[in-house]
Amino acid sequence: MKEKRDESISAMATPAIGEAGKTGGWRDMRPHHDPSKCIPCIKKKASCFLCWLYCPEGVIKATIPPEINLEYCKGCGICAEECPAKAIVMVHEEENV
Amino acid sequence: MSNVQIMTGNTAATMGARLCQVQVVAAYPITPQTSVTEILSQLIEGGELKAEYIRVESEHSALAVCISASTVGARVFTSTSSQGLLYMHEQIHWAAGSRLPIVMCCVNRGVGAPWTIFNDQQDSIAQRDTGWIQIYCRDNQEIIDSVIQGYRIAESVYVPVMVCYDGFVMSHTMMPVDIPDAELVAEFLPPYKPHTILSPERPMNINPVLFPWRRANAEGLMCDGYMEMRYKLQKALDDSRGVIVATGQAFAEAFGRDHGGMLLEYKTDDADVILAGMGSVATEATTAADILRKEGIRAGVVGIRVFRPFPKEEVRDVFRKTKALVIFEKGISYGYEGALCSELKAAFYGTDIQLPIHNYVVGLGGRDVKARELAEAVRSSRDAIAAGETEPTTKWLNCITG
Repeated sequence: MKEKRDESISAMATPAIGEAGKTGGWRDMRPHHDPSKCIPCIKKKASCFLCWLYCPEGVIKATIPPEINLEYCKGCGICAEECPAKAIVMVHEEENV
Repeated sequence: MSNVQIMTGNTAATMGARLCQVQVVAAYPITPQTSVTEILSQLIEGGELKAEYIRVESEHSALAVCISASTVGARVFTSTSSQGLLYMHEQIHWAAGSRLPIVMCCVNRGVGAPWTIFNDQQDSIAQRDTGWIQIYCRDNQEIIDSVIQGYRIAESVYVPVMVCYDGFVMSHTMMPVDIPDAELVAEFLPPYKPHTILSPERPMNINPVLFPWRRANAEGLMCDGYMEMRYKLQKALDDSRGVIVATGQAFAEAFGRDHGGMLLEYKTDDADVILAGMGSVATEATTAADILRKEGIRAGVVGIRVFRPFPKEEVRDVFRKTKALVIFEKGISYGYEGALCSELKAAFYGTDIQLPIHNYVVGLGGRDVKARELAEAVRSSRDAIAAGETEPTTKWLNCITG
């Protein structure tokens, strides 16, 4: 094997957005958000945000409406499971909603 | 000026750790290693060794603590035996993969079931493939010296070092030990420089999941895959041979004692038969060789000091000159033969070294290994070889069953 100049003799990673690649490509189903059912969208003030709280990837912003970054969302569906208003549903990637 | 004191192997090990100014100790007591942990905790509690002693609930945790402390830049020490070593096994791999220069004493003890607290080398032999450097000591002097050398080797090549010595035979046996001068040790052993500096200013994830292939990180830097990292560990062990030999020579110059770099030779120059072994077996074999020489049999001894990395070139050089090889070992690779026997035969493959090899499993679970018994085994092997028995067979010395 050819010698490399690489100085890292143990494996390491610096925390950064996209360190593991564009994980959105792993997704099979994606979250679809309906503002007409979403609590903060209806109340027009910061409230609920359980989707933001539960998202294990931190790709949902606590904004009105909540913004989901599909470049990194892996499609786990936890936001849809936790949403008390059923404002988020999981749809197959190829489905147009 | 020498400072010779009479002490056990376990005391010698702690003296070594103390002279190396270790900063963190985490160890869990197990026979026959227990007094190592006791002495170190006393030294630290009494302020004689400025280090932190971290109490843990198991050997697995002991090494986990050492790994963490070494990662953030501390010189760390631990020790264990037998079941404790086996309980650590997962972390033993982890320490090597993380390339941390930890020095650990393994006070060799047989492995259950059935229970034994007594000596053989099955415990550390079973850790052969973990990526640690393994040094087997032949007397208490070599223990203290190998701990000191161990840190210099480990911190040069970033590979952990296991200093192995036989339980009770050395751990609890008093021998004269020349304590190296602390200032000379400080000169011999520069401060530990970690290969990776962890700091709150630059947070890092150490040892993340690696994928099969190399890939670019978020900053666009191409990073190694799992296989490249493992290749680097193998290369580090391969390259450590030169460092181990050079460290032994530097130690001999500084302290006047040479334990051999990779192996020790005793009366091998004109030897017709060489006895080979590791640890106390090699020491006992030197007495056996003297007995045989009195009878006119030109016997010599090779004590394999470093088992990993294996001294391939060195064993070829020494065994090329002799006519027969008798290997005594305190362990066995079940279903085949002694591990040292396999390694030696493999080292000879493809060379002109075609000497007859006999293999004896000795002293399992503390069964006494006497020089006169080793000498008798060599006599009987010589007779068998003379009668044409060159195919290696593994015999169990002093074993009644079967």
